[in-house]
Amino acid sequence: MTVRERLREKISAAFYRHGLLCASYPVPIILFTSASILACCYPLLRLPLPGTGPVEFTTRVRDYTVPSHEPQGDLGERPDWYRGPPVAYIQQVLVKAAVSPWDSTLVPVDVFRSPLGRVFSLLEEIRNHVHNDGSGVRSLEALCLQVTDLLPGLRRMQTVLPEHGCLLVSPGNYWQNQRELFDSDPDLLKTVHQHEPKGLHTSATLRDLLFGVPVKHTGVSLYSRKRVVTYTITMVLGSYDARFLSSLRARLRQLHPSVNCSLREDHMVHVHFKEEIGMAELIPLVTTYIILFAYIYFSTRKIDMVKSKWGLALAAVVTVLSSLLMSVGLCTLFGLTPTLNGGEIFPYLVVVIGLENVLVLTKSVVSTPVDLEVKLRIAQGLSNESWSIMKNMATELCIILIGYFTLVPAIQEFCLFAVVGLVSDFFLQMFFFTTVLSIDIRRMELADLNRRLPAEAGMPPPKPGPLRPREAPPPPRPSPYTITLQTPAFRNLRLPKRLRVVYFLARTRLAQRFIMVGTVIWIGILAYTDPAGLRTYLAAQVSEQSPLGEGGAGGLPPHLGGASVFPGAGGDPASTLSVLPAPAEPTPLPENQSQGHHGAPREGVPHQAQAPPLVPQISWGAEDEEGWRRLSFRHWPSLFSYYNITLAKRYISILPVIPVTLHLSPREAIETRHPQDTRHPPPPSLKTNDLPADLTFIGTYGEGSKQVINPPSLSRVAALGLAAGVLLVLLLFCLYRVLCPRNYGQNGVAHGRRRRGDLPCDDYGYSPPISEISPLLLRGHSMDIECLASDGMLLASCCLAGQIRVWDAQTGDYTHTCHNLGGGTEPGGGVFDEDEGYPLRRRTTPRPALFEDQPDLTPLIDTNFDSQPPSHLLLTPPRDGFDFGGLVERAYLEHEPPSPGLTASYPSPSPPSGPPPQRRRSLGAVWAMELRGNLIAAGRSSGKLELWDAVEGSLRCSNEDGVSGITALAFLNNRIVAARLDGSLDFFTVDINKPLGLLQYRGPPGRSNIPPSPCYSSEDVISCQLTRSVQCAHQKPITVLRAAAGRVVTGSQDHTVRVYRLEDSCCLFTLQGHSGGITAIYIDQTMVLASGGQDGAICLWDVLTGSRVSHVYGHRGDVTSLVCTTSCVISSGLDDLISIWDRSTGIKLYSIQQEVGCGASLGVISESLLVTGGQGCVSFWDLNFGDLLQTVYLGQSSDGQGVRQLVVLNNAAIVCDFGSELSLVYVPSVLEKLD
Amino acid sequence: MFLCFQGVGDVSGQGPYIAGITNRNTNLGIRGFMLFSIGVFLALVLNLLQVQRNVTLFPPDVISSIFSSAWWVPPCCGTASAMIGLLYPCIDSRLGEPHKFKREWSSVMRCVAVFVGINHASAKVDFANNVQLSLTLAALSIGLWWTFDRSRSGFGLGVVIALLATLSTQLLVYNGVFQYTSPDFLYIRSWLPCIFFAGVITMGNIGRQLALYECKRMSGKTHQD
Repeated sequence: MTVRERLREKISAAFYRHGLLCASYPVPIILFTSASILACCYPLLRLPLPGTGPVEFTTRVRDYTVPSHEPQGDLGERPDWYRGPPVAYIQQVLVKAAVSPWDSTLVPVDVFRSPLGRVFSLLEEIRNHVHNDGSGVRSLEALCLQVTDLLPGLRRMQTVLPEHGCLLVSPGNYWQNQRELFDSDPDLLKTVHQHEPKGLHTSATLRDLLFGVPVKHTGVSLYSRKRVVTYTITMVLGSYDARFLSSLRARLRQLHPSVNCSLREDHMVHVHFKEEIGMAELIPLVTTYIILFAYIYFSTRKIDMVKSKWGLALAAVVTVLSSLLMSVGLCTLFGLTPTLNGGEIFPYLVVVIGLENVLVLTKSVVSTPVDLEVKLRIAQGLSNESWSIMKNMATELCIILIGYFTLVPAIQEFCLFAVVGLVSDFFLQMFFFTTVLSIDIRRMELADLNRRLPAEAGMPPPKPGPLRPREAPPPPRPSPYTITLQTPAFRNLRLPKRLRVVYFLARTRLAQRFIMVGTVIWIGILAYTDPAGLRTYLAAQVSEQSPLGEGGAGGLPPHLGGASVFPGAGGDPASTLSVLPAPAEPTPLPENQSQGHHGAPREGVPHQAQAPPLVPQISWGAEDEEGWRRLSFRHWPSLFSYYNITLAKRYISILPVIPVTLHLSPREAIETRHPQDTRHPPPPSLKTNDLPADLTFIGTYGEGSKQVINPPSLSRVAALGLAAGVLLVLLLFCLYRVLCPRNYGQNGVAHGRRRRGDLPCDDYGYSPPISEISPLLLRGHSMDIECLASDGMLLASCCLAGQIRVWDAQTGDYTHTCHNLGGGTEPGGGVFDEDEGYPLRRRTTPRPALFEDQPDLTPLIDTNFDSQPPSHLLLTPPRDGFDFGGLVERAYLEHEPPSPGLTASYPSPSPPSGPPPQRRRSLGAVWAMELRGNLIAAGRSSGKLELWDAVEGSLRCSNEDGVSGITALAFLNNRIVAARLDGSLDFFTVDINKPLGLLQYRGPPGRSNIPPSPCYSSEDVISCQLTRSVQCAHQKPITVLRAAAGRVVTGSQDHTVRVYRLEDSCCLFTLQGHSGGITAIYIDQTMVLASGGQDGAICLWDVLTGSRVSHVYGHRGDVTSLVCTTSCVISSGLDDLISIWDRSTGIKLYSIQQEVGCGASLGVISESLLVTGGQGCVSFWDLNFGDLLQTVYLGQSSDGQGVRQLVVLNNAAIVCDFGSELSLVYVPSVLEKLD
Repeated sequence: MFLCFQGVGDVSGQGPYIAGITNRNTNLGIRGFMLFSIGVFLALVLNLLQVQRNVTLFPPDVISSIFSSAWWVPPCCGTASAMIGLLYPCIDSRLGEPHKFKREWSSVMRCVAVFVGINHASAKVDFANNVQLSLTLAALSIGLWWTFDRSRSGFGLGVVIALLATLSTQLLVYNGVFQYTSPDFLYIRSWLPCIFFAGVITMGNIGRQLALYECKRMSGKTHQD
């Protein structure tokens, strides 16, 4: 034992104990884990929240000093970024200007032309301001932030933004700070607009930058109702000089006093900016996140076979995420502050840590035997994977360690995080996830238990197979009907819940109504908020009536305005002043007013009081105090970024604004007018006063809005609409994918379980045309049918009573030529001990009456038992369309109820049973039966092998070499292989001593594509000799025996599969790989071997080399049945799941959830048609899509017995047992396909 | 890209259905196109990462910077990745040693993520000197190969293609057809081979995974015959 092995064993043992611990105390462990997660994440609280929003810090202006670089510990509230000088100081001069009093001669352009024009003089004033005190002369030029070139990409802004000098921005920049350009500009708005970016923009625009206030607050538009223009002159200072600034402030205040201004001036705000994440940086980030999600998706998709797949997937993700958080928390705790960008490295951390271990754990635990206790399962699963988990972890740690030695700080930090993350992830996997898994598995077992209990009550034992107890209750009395035709209307529609919900919605039209209401509300909102819409109108109405609403209507007495809605309220005294002046000659304004406003601003104060109604209100409110807050938070960074100065991780200090109030006289406004200004607005009519002016103004407002406001708002609405449309389409698509029961040919989503109830058709919609499939019931057995064998032409069945019946499985056009002479030949051994009674029965009499009962069935029954015995008793000529109902047989039963043996009338001419050979259970039950040619090989529980003539019903030979019961038989060519209960395997050779005419084919040869089976005639002497007996072929009873392509494959409870060659009975391979007894084996002509075991595993083997091709765990509990097609493997298990696997890759394509207790029998009719047996019904599935094509009910009551055996005949019919009856179902559509 | 993979899953999940209506060449074409688009996408994104290294703050017209490099670079990358992605399964089948190591989409996604991460690291992390950068990237690339490939053929092909690609890039640069955006010439030269190697491994991984479906189809066909 090497060190490695010892280590491995120790690790395995430790994991086993740990698994036991976790599964035993789930709740305390989860609590403990959660507590430790929280404890480790606690240091994270101190970290700043991620985000790019700026952070503010306010200090007093009075005692401001530039903070030093060294952190000072004593200032607790001081943020740690507040260190060193800021990038810049921002000093804004907030100008509010208005033309007052407003009169009707003024055109809308006057609102802003002259106020804007004043910016040049203000700028001049500011630029030339020099503060001179004892220490020296300071000017703005010395203090301001000197900027150089704009970024190369900003050529088009070159004319607007300053270069090579002070960074001083104001609206004057639009005109290169030259008054002449401004005066000669015919359309100011156009100039402003032409610099605006096209389309939708979220960050600061040039207009915001230059005006320094949000667009809608500037008042620079043709219809601003307040008629107050607001803009700022923004100075960016490189250094702070309190005295210069205060002198500037005093000077400006002196020149342009703001009377009612009470802005606080004692606080400056420092704004710290986070790192900016640009579009270009986002694209790789988004890509990595997409890859991450794809990874998580593909990983969690593999979780299967658990109670709640999504719960476990969530637990896996939680495990990884919280391990990351824990690692960050721990690193912070030990003084290692993360300097890396968390969002960027996060996906890589997740990828490095990975979800693999979690998935491996789940898989391992799930694949442990289901019958174990949960604790043991968890422990076993853990210890199975312990070595690989430890190995992986060691490898990853090594790789990360190598990364640590790259000595690059960033990589080292990443590695440190990854190491701590890995360790904490391991911890969480071991404690958190394992416990969650144990809880899940326990829940699953409970659910299984609850589900199984009622099912077992009304069901045959859950493990069908040769080891099933042979006792069975007496068969129920058949009800008086033969064939059930299922019309689509009667087809049982068990709608799934989601469909019911949808139908409920559809009935009540909830969604439609909801959408309608929503649309109405939306339209209402649109109409209200539309600039040209309702709100404007309402506002206009209100403004007409309220004295304070509009600047111009300020003097309107409330009683008058309230009296009339119409503009005819011209009688108000204030308007008389302005009725007279015509728009062409605006000069004759009242002298006193113009003088008052034109004069020194100091005089404006009394004058405002004197003529308040006509003066636009310039008010200073708290919102003006920090007007920059209303700007985009990207305002300052974008301003600086134009000069390639980044504000990321730096701060700026914003000084208190300097308020400037400007009152301009109408005369000044008119003087500064550009000749073209008057062309824009329609000339006000002569009889207009203020109110009509207002109204026409509103009228132009509507048009103007289309030109000015509408472009951005239209584009915004269009973008919103587009987004909403895309969202709607996506939503509908999702709904469609979720709700549509058929996903047309896309199995990608079909990995979930498909319920039987998901019929492709429904009451509400389209029902695909399916050719009607009608089952044909073959009755005659008195007890449950035990064995079923067919070679395509004949059908042999054996019931628990030991009765063997042979049926013809042909279509009606077949004429049979075999002669039934069995009645005369008394089989040896006294098997037919009741045979004496049969010839005496009178059958002719009841028959016509019976047929009268069922006249309609005649065309439906394809089977025509022409194998009419030319019996010596009754020479009934074979008739076309002769009906063989079980009724006849049942009638006989009723005729002679006390003697069930009499039903075993052997060469009965009774049509339904054809020639049913039959015997009593005198020598043990028949456990296995095979049919080849016209020989029936039957293996008995006594170990006796019998060969019967299927046509004549005579025992041709028997062999009693073995004593152990024959559990399985294979009959291939002239060899019979019998598997016995003691695990031995006997090979027999059937010898026919017949000189001539040995091989005949029954039926047209083109019809059958199976290898020709010889037809033995009754004259032949058939002997059956034991050629070889393999004792102890298996340690335990052989459960499955299959033969094909010259190979015999046995599966046993000793977990192994053996492959023998048929010719020389030589054991070729012993295939090991299952961890439970073998329950199902499939082998076909192409040497494909599949085996399924009690462990729920399915193995695919290469018969030529004996190697295992693939190994998948497909079921909880036994695999009950396995079938392969050329491309896929279909398995059914005790968990009522039918899984379809890809044959070459072993990937599960999809699975079908059946009802409880159904999924035992399977058959493949053609490459794409699967048939499964259910409770009293068989279902046909489309293999390509997993769609249920049709369910055929075998009896009227669907709660009857389940179909346990299902044999697919090669003429596209299937035979299945149904209690004591056989059911022959033709699939006509497949016939066409096969041809 | 996710949708793209999703599409792959959907298409191939149909198994026999699709296999019935597509022939070998169509399948090859689909695979090639898919690999091509993945290559183009990765080239654009990774180019963006490299661009970021040189410029601190972007001018507003960011999107144009995606295409700041020569226009023919992404198609070239796409073509190369399609060739590599088709070459890998082909070589596997020629050598007769089918690649069995970690053949799942989740593993492939992990590989792609690590590849992007290597690029990210080379773009974002400041290394002391170029030797260190080269060594780190080489270690990371070999780690990538060990984690996701572990086949000798993969390694050999990766090295050969990486060398060829580096050589051809150098030739292009010497002939003046193509210029690096960065003046730091050695920097580029030091990471180029490693990035190429990692890229070859990644694309080979994707190509193999895509070819898996074709293999399945072919085997199904032979069985049918």
